[in-house]
Amino acid sequence: MINKKVNSVSEATKGISDNMTFMLGGFGLSGIPENAIAALVKSGVKGLTCISNNAGVDDFGLGLLLHQKQIKKMVSSYVGENDEFERQMLSGELDVELIPQGTLAERCRAAQAGFPAVFTPAGYGTEVAEGKETREFDGKMYVLEHAFKADFAFVKAWKGDAAGNLVFKGTARNFNPCMAGAAKITVAEVEELVPVGALDPNQIHIPGIFVQRIFQGEKYEKRIEQRTVRTRE
Amino acid sequence: MLDKTGIAKRIAKEVQDGYYVNLGIGIPTLVANYVRDDIEVEFQSENGVLGMGPFPFDGEEDADIINAGKQTITTLPGASFFDSAMSFAMIRGQHVDLTILGAMEVAENGDIANWKIPGKMVKGMGGAMDLVASAENIIVAMMHTNKRGESKILKRCSLPLTGVGCVKKVVTNLAVLEVTDKGFKLLERAPGVSVEEIKKATEGTLIIEGDIPEMSL
Repeated sequence: MINKKVNSVSEATKGISDNMTFMLGGFGLSGIPENAIAALVKSGVKGLTCISNNAGVDDFGLGLLLHQKQIKKMVSSYVGENDEFERQMLSGELDVELIPQGTLAERCRAAQAGFPAVFTPAGYGTEVAEGKETREFDGKMYVLEHAFKADFAFVKAWKGDAAGNLVFKGTARNFNPCMAGAAKITVAEVEELVPVGALDPNQIHIPGIFVQRIFQGEKYEKRIEQRTVRTRE
Repeated sequence: MLDKTGIAKRIAKEVQDGYYVNLGIGIPTLVANYVRDDIEVEFQSENGVLGMGPFPFDGEEDADIINAGKQTITTLPGASFFDSAMSFAMIRGQHVDLTILGAMEVAENGDIANWKIPGKMVKGMGGAMDLVASAENIIVAMMHTNKRGESKILKRCSLPLTGVGCVKKVVTNLAVLEVTDKGFKLLERAPGVSVEEIKKATEGTLIIEGDIPEMSL
C-alpha cells in the first residue's frame, strides 16, 4: 500500500503559491472541500485561477476567497448566488470564463484521462464557441474544448483510506471524481478516514492512484443553500 | 390564460410512460407534481441523481442530497447517484428522453436564449447549453410576453443564445406552439384566450391552420 495520508491540512496544501490554477470540487455548497478552502484563505495565496462549477455564496465556500480578493479568474458554469462575485465581475476586477456545465466536467475528465481535447455539441452557435475550432460529424456541429491544466485539485469525499481510495455520498459526489487526478497534485479531504482494508474494493468510486494526499477534515459545516421541505399530512 | 401551475399541468401531459426527464429550474420543476400517477417516469437532475423524489419532511433534509436548484430532495426506490461527467454523458449521449426548461426568448428557427442579459444579469448557463445542444425532445415553459408586455416568441432572438435550432415545442400562458420550418405553428389556445390575442402577443411568424382547439388540462 502506498501511503497518501498527511497529518494536517497545512501539510496537504504544501506547495501552493500565488498565480496557481486550482480545481475545486462541489456543486453549490454540496461536496465542497471546506477544509482546503479554509487553508487557502488562511495562507493568503493570491492571483488564483479557480476551476469550480460555482463560486460559493457571499460568506462560505469560494465566496471566502473572493471576499479576500485572492481569485484573479474563475472558470465556472453558474455563479448566481454570490453578490460579491457579481460585483467583482461587472466591475472588471475579476476575470470570469463561463462555460457549459457538461463541458466543465468533460474538460476535467479529459485532463484526468489523458485526452488533450474533446468535441462537444454544447455551445455551438453561441458566444461560448467564439474563436474555437468547430467540426461537423454526421451532419451535426461540434466545438473543440481543451483539457484543463491545473496545479492542484482539491476534492472532497465522504470516506477514504490512506491508500487514497475514495467513496462519495449522494449528490456531494458531483465534480469531485472528475477532478481527482486531473491536476498535477490531487488533495482529497474526507469526512472519515477509515483503516486500509475497511473499504470494499468493489465499492470504491475513485481509486487511490488519482490521489496524492489525503486527510480527514477537522470539521464539516455542510451548509444547505435552499432548505426545501414538505409538511407531514 | 394560464398561470405558472397551468403551464406545468399542460406540459405534464407531454410526459410519457418510460421517460427519463430532466426538469429545469422554475416552472419546469412544478411539472413533476402533475405527471399522471399511472405511468413510470424517472427525473434526472444534472448535479448527479436519477430517480428524484419529493422534498424531504422537515428535519429529514440532507446537505448531501440536493437537486440542480440546490434544493434539498429525496430519492425514490431505484434511484442512483453519479458524478457530473456521467450525468452529462446521459444528457449529451441522448439517454434522457425529454428536457423541459425555461427561456427568456425563443425564435421561430428553434433558437433559445435563457442565460445572459449583457451588462445586467450574468449568472451563467449551468447545464442549459449541454441540454439544448443534445436533447432530441425539448419543451420550453415560459410566459408569452415579458413584464413590459413585449413578445418573447420572436423571429430572431436578441439576447445571447443558449442553443441554435433546438426547441421543438413551447408552452406559454397563452398557447401551445410547435416550431416548424415555416414558423411557430399554433396547436392549442389556453382556456379563454382567443387566436387574436395570441397573434397580438407573438412577434415571430405564427401559422394558424383551421380551428385551434382550447387546451385541456
